[in-house]
Amino acid sequence: MRAIALVALAVYRESVRDRVPLTIAGFGVLLVCASYLISQLTAGQDLKIIKDLGLAALNILGLFIAVFIGIGLVAKEVDRRSIYTLLSKPVTREQFLAGKYLGLVMTLGVNLGAMCLTFYAVLFYQDLATPAGIRATWPAPAMDPRLMIAVVLIFGELMLVTAIALFFSSFSSPLLSMLLTLGLWIAGHFNTDLRQFEQVVDSAAAAFIARGAYYLLPNLAPFNVKAEVVHAVPVAASHVVLTLSYAAVYIAAVLLAAMAVFRKRDFK
Amino acid sequence: MVAIETEALTKDYDLGFWRRRPYRALDALTMTIEEGEVFGFLGPNGAGKSTTLKLLMGLIFPTSGTARILGRPVGDLEMRRRIGFLPENPSFYDHLTAEELLEYFAGLSGLRGEARRRRVAESLDEVGIGGERRMTLRSFSKGMIQRVGVAQALVAEPRVVFFDEPMSGLDPLGRRDLRQLMLRLRDRGCTVFFSSHILSDAEALCSQVGIVVQGRLMASGRLADMVAFELRGWELVVANVSDAAKEKLHGRVAMTALANQRYTLELPAGDAPDRLIQSLAAEGVDIVSMNPIRTTLEDYFVSMVNAATPRDLDGMPRS
Repeated sequence: MRAIALVALAVYRESVRDRVPLTIAGFGVLLVCASYLISQLTAGQDLKIIKDLGLAALNILGLFIAVFIGIGLVAKEVDRRSIYTLLSKPVTREQFLAGKYLGLVMTLGVNLGAMCLTFYAVLFYQDLATPAGIRATWPAPAMDPRLMIAVVLIFGELMLVTAIALFFSSFSSPLLSMLLTLGLWIAGHFNTDLRQFEQVVDSAAAAFIARGAYYLLPNLAPFNVKAEVVHAVPVAASHVVLTLSYAAVYIAAVLLAAMAVFRKRDFK
Repeated sequence: MVAIETEALTKDYDLGFWRRRPYRALDALTMTIEEGEVFGFLGPNGAGKSTTLKLLMGLIFPTSGTARILGRPVGDLEMRRRIGFLPENPSFYDHLTAEELLEYFAGLSGLRGEARRRRVAESLDEVGIGGERRMTLRSFSKGMIQRVGVAQALVAEPRVVFFDEPMSGLDPLGRRDLRQLMLRLRDRGCTVFFSSHILSDAEALCSQVGIVVQGRLMASGRLADMVAFELRGWELVVANVSDAAKEKLHGRVAMTALANQRYTLELPAGDAPDRLIQSLAAEGVDIVSMNPIRTTLEDYFVSMVNAATPRDLDGMPRS
């Protein structure tokens, strides 16, 4: 465990010093600009649009961090040959991968936390700047704590995407890893359609393949509850628990597959 | 005790995309290195030196054969606590400082607390990294990265260190420092295994050498047993050579023109140089220097390279 923690801490240090501050700053500027612009352009919808935009930005920027750092975690080490030194230490390849994954999850967590704080700061400002009469018409308060349900599920989704990026980067090039990870992310959001595929095709074989793909590909649609929390529609606790449990099982399977591939890899 | 031993260690790579064909990078390497030796693993580019080191570090897996370090297989984690490795042209993490990098690696090797801090400081001192240790590695020059690479290899006080082309990227001062460091390691009882194609370094440092060519170990053993260092002749550098003196020397000795009106003269071992020196002095020629020409490791190395059978077209060595 100590080796995993040390690798994770090094990844976190390296990643935080590398990209995260810029990303946070970019996100903050984007949100602040958006809130000012939108409050002038829309009538009565400004809070809803700020929440929509904020959660979407959190999701997309988090996805970029997960994919772009995730694909580089192993591939960059191999390309730059820094992995030679690291694997000559008393560290197994499995510990190396687990540490890399946890380090990136820590980075993502800190990044999402910082973005979340910026998001709530903008909401707080909006709350202060809005007259009480208008605030009373909002379906949910500006600083609605239920927004955190969407943030937690976004974090779960990003953890899963990170595991997929790490899996691909354990055996392929950064470019291919990026394309495959983004491809799976897109497919994962339309995965539910595969389940109903047999209702639109006559071929039993095609329906069988679609059902197989449904079970194999990540199902990311349940992680998206942004519309519900923005419109103050309740999200069941069981949905959150089941979705996060699904993420945990899928992440474990993907990491085990990555370790199986990585265990036998030659670093030429 | 045996520090490093390999038994018929072989590595084949598959080349090509559609029609895979094997390429033998290392062919049945068998060698034994005792503890406390400085072993130079020599060979031309592409000979299999780095492949051997990668096999010993567990970075690649052998096609056949075995390797043991300090009596344990190469994948053994306990053994890895007691070795250090500097890869060729090392690269580390741009945003970590030298001190953080060494703390990281020392931690992985099992050092904690005060012992870890002490070893990090000692290792960086040993390679001459001073105030720069708190700067991020992306601001380091190639030579400084090489020094950090050496420091990380030494941080856990290893019993065996492996250096892959350690002199690469170092300036003359850095090379001198590293040579002295390797001798200090030897004096502490540490086994040093280094690969190189710089033969003068091997000659100055090694108690044993192995010469690998086209994946095959052509020779291995004590330097003194391989190279007789016998006198082959004399080399004189002379200046102020008149036309008359040139006429006299013509046919007697091999004469090569240098810069600034200087010449080298090569005499065979049988000819005593004192008579030649006297006659040159009588012609008004200035003697700049005189050195014996001995059989060197380079001569031996070249003979080994020339003796190696070329590979077959399919990449496998001829039997």
